Formats: sequence, C-alpha cells, structure tokens
Amino acid sequence: MTVADRNGKQAQRKAAMAVLAHSDALEIARCLEPIAVPAYENLREPENGLVMLRGRIGGDGAPFNLGEATVSRAAVRLATGEVGFGYVLGRDRRKAQMIALCDALLQSDEFAEAIEKGVLAPLRSAMISERDRAAAETAATRVDFYTLVRGEG
Amino acid sequence: MYVAVKGGERAIENAHRLLAHERRGDRDVPELSLDQISEQLSLGVDRVMTEGSLYDRELASLALKQARGDMIEAIFLVRAFRATLPRFGATEPVDTGTMRVRRRISSTFKDIPGGQILGPTFDYTHRLLDPQLAEDSKAEAPATAEASNATMPRVTDILGRDGLIEPSPLADAGSPVGDLTREPLGFPADRDLRLQNLARADEGFLLALGYSTQRGYGRSHPFAGEIRLGEVEVEFMAEDVGFAVPLGAVTLTECQMVNQFKGSATEAPCFTRGYGLAFGQSERKTMSMALVDRSLRARELGEEIIAPAQDEEFVMSHSDNVQATGFVEHLKLPHYVDFQSELGLLRQLRKEFSEAAAETPEPMQEAAE
Repeated sequence: MTVADRNGKQAQRKAAMAVLAHSDALEIARCLEPIAVPAYENLREPENGLVMLRGRIGGDGAPFNLGEATVSRAAVRLATGEVGFGYVLGRDRRKAQMIALCDALLQSDEFAEAIEKGVLAPLRSAMISERDRAAAETAATRVDFYTLVRGEG
Repeated sequence: MYVAVKGGERAIENAHRLLAHERRGDRDVPELSLDQISEQLSLGVDRVMTEGSLYDRELASLALKQARGDMIEAIFLVRAFRATLPRFGATEPVDTGTMRVRRRISSTFKDIPGGQILGPTFDYTHRLLDPQLAEDSKAEAPATAEASNATMPRVTDILGRDGLIEPSPLADAGSPVGDLTREPLGFPADRDLRLQNLARADEGFLLALGYSTQRGYGRSHPFAGEIRLGEVEVEFMAEDVGFAVPLGAVTLTECQMVNQFKGSATEAPCFTRGYGLAFGQSERKTMSMALVDRSLRARELGEEIIAPAQDEEFVMSHSDNVQATGFVEHLKLPHYVDFQSELGLLRQLRKEFSEAAAETPEPMQEAAE
C-alpha cells in the first residue's frame, strides 16, 4: 500500500468514525442487522473512561483543560485479521463496540462496500438532514438590520 | 477537631430512607425521568456538567434528580463520580472557530460577517410568568429560513487582522498544560490553570466578582466582543489507532470579552482580552468567566492589584463550590470536644470577671451628674 493509499484509507476510516459517533446506537444496530457480519473477537473489551477536554485560550491560543467527558472505547479483530477501533463520547460501550466493528469491516475488501452502502450512507444522510434542519431554524433568528432615515436628508 | 461518635447508625439509616421518601414526593405525581430533566431542565443540566467538570448529560440529569434539584449537591455527586473512571488522555484542543453555531451575537459590531444570530435566548423576553406553561404547553414548531454558507469568523479574529487587539498567547512547546485535578494549586498560577479553575468555578461567585469589576473594583472597561453557542467536534489522539479519532460533538458556549487598551513605548496600544468557555448553554457563566479572566491578568499587564477580582489567590482558592460547601458544611459535624474546651474557657473567664467585679467598690456618684 502506498502512502497516498494509506492516507486515503485513514481519511475514509476517520470520516466513517465521525458519522458513527454522531449516530444513535439503535440506528447503527438497525443498519448492521441485515449484514452477515463475520466472526470477530474483542481485542479490547468495551470499557468506559474519561478524556480531558481541551480548549484554547482566546479560542485560538495555547491549550487549557476545560473539563472531562465520559467516553467508551473498544477494539475488535475479524477472523480475517482486520483490526477496528471504536471511541465515542458517552458511556454506551455497545456503541463503541459497533463502531470498532464497522471500522474493521470497512478495512475488509469483502465488507467495505456493504458498510458504506448499508450503514454509513443512511446514517450520513440522517446526520446531514438533522444538521440542515438545525441550521434552518437557527437562520430564522438572524437579525436583518435596517436603518431608519430621520429628518429630510 | 471533631471525633467519631458511635450510636447513630439506625438514625442515619432511617434519615436516608426518609430522604428517599421526600425526594420522591407525592406518589400520585408522576416520577421525573432523566430524559425529562435532560430535555426540559437543560440549562440546569448544563450548569451541573460545567461545574461538575464532566460532560455527560445523562449523569448530570441523574445527579440533579438525586440531589432534589440542589445544584451544588448535584455538582458534588458528579465530581465524585469522576474518580471512579480511568482517564484515557486529553483531547486535541477544540476549535471554536468551526463551531456549528446556534447563537452568535456581538455588542461591538452591528454588521459582522455571518451576522447576528439570536438563537434560543431569554433576551428580549418580558420576564412575565407564562400561565400557559402551567398546563400542557403546545410549543410551536420553530420558524425556518434558508441557512447561508458564510463562515463565521470570531470577532477577535477580525480585530486581530488590523492589530487592534492583542493576539492570544501561543502554546509554549516545552511546558505541559497545567491540570489542577492532578497537581495541587500553587501561586502565582499561569493562565491555563486559571482558566481551568474558572471553568469549573461557581457561577454565582464569578457573577459577583465580574459584577464587582464593572462597578469599579478592578475596572477593565469590557465589551462583549462575541458570544457564541453551538456544537464543536472533539478529536482524541488514540495511540492504538494511530490517528486523531473523532469522538462526536459537544455543545459549548464561548465568550470573547474585549477590554481597554494596553501599550508601551515600544508597542502600539491595542485592546486586551478576557476569555470564557463552558459546557452547554452557559452564557452568564462564560461572560462572568471572561470578566474575571481579564481582571486576573492584572499582574501580567502591569496593573495595580487593588480589588478582590484581581487577586488570583483569593479568586482561585474560593471559586470551587464543592470545596467551599465542604468546609462550610463540615461545621455540622460533631465538634463536641472543641466546644467543651471553649465552654470551659468561657466559664473560667466569666468566673474571673464576676470575681473582679465583686472586689471593685461601687464607683462614687459624681456630684455634678
């Protein structure tokens, strides 16, 4: 695999993780259901923990510790060897495991397309339409200033 | 000094049972669900997350329910929970410039790129109690409008282009980010530690201190350069994965306070800044935080330290409501031995006083009186 291939694959995995992290666990499970998931083992038992969330002084300066957040993580290995990782905010260990499974399947030539079409595509479009709805509601509260002209000019 | 006293076990057990009973209230009234708290008392949940220093809406809702709505008790519960989980590491610093904005206002410029966006705010409401909310309320669906793709630069970035405002301090590659949950607080404290302390500080305490600066106790001439609320993506550099993993998004409120100038013989005068950042929709908190952040920069900016809000030891040592409530409320614990010794001393003093009084002859009446 060339460096460009590897970077491309990494970007694809990262984009998939972003969609999955934003999606409801029940929805991910529903999308995975029709896919004949191959055998896999837990490389890391799903677990809960914390991360320290960092901000930047002034928004763009040196980092500082804002406060912690709960996270879940898991790692799985398919029988064919692909290793997938799941990290997500919150305490839903099963969600982390499903993300890890999707990450592993995405790296398998046999399952990548099924995951893209059956899981990522519907979840991505649900995420985008939810964001569009919020953006439209927000846009309605934008102030349109107009100037009152006083006197006779 | 307080001592262990045996014998209260049954009373304590029954007191806890009574507490659970009172927490539940009238059984004919439906019990609150965590979803109801999270969805309908969301600003209370945001405050518990911010001051509990833990982003987890469900846990903060549970804490509020368990604490019967007592904010500080709920914050205490969340802080205690933190200690039960391992920390995997620190996230990449979030970029508030890429926030999916739901509210964004500036009191310094009317026409800012991206516009003034009011979002869900109490501002401009009449503060009249709404009797309709006492019954089943039917909230209207929100209005919608076409969203623009215009970027929303921070107001401070716009001022920064012309050099009118000081730049944010850059990271010092050699020094780690200070963490007051890992090392005891020492003074003087750098700005990263101060901001961490202020971020988890009691909102009421910061509000009062911020207000005091406006009234002249460490005046800093502030303008709300920008306040923004929205969702920010979080990434975590996971060593096992080998790249920064997206964890999802958190809701944050950010306040950029623009304050009066500094300058010197060698540097042109420019605006100075105060910064506030908090979990959820926490506008009053971030505004107060930004005011106090700026006033605590007195030492760095060569300003005379004359007011409480400029004194970092005073502010940082008293800002944490869990610590404060611990020390105030520990007065409820048995202090029987301490008190017995005080009582003995007082009795001795009173005895000496009355003996001295008995020995002194009655003063003579002055004839002229």
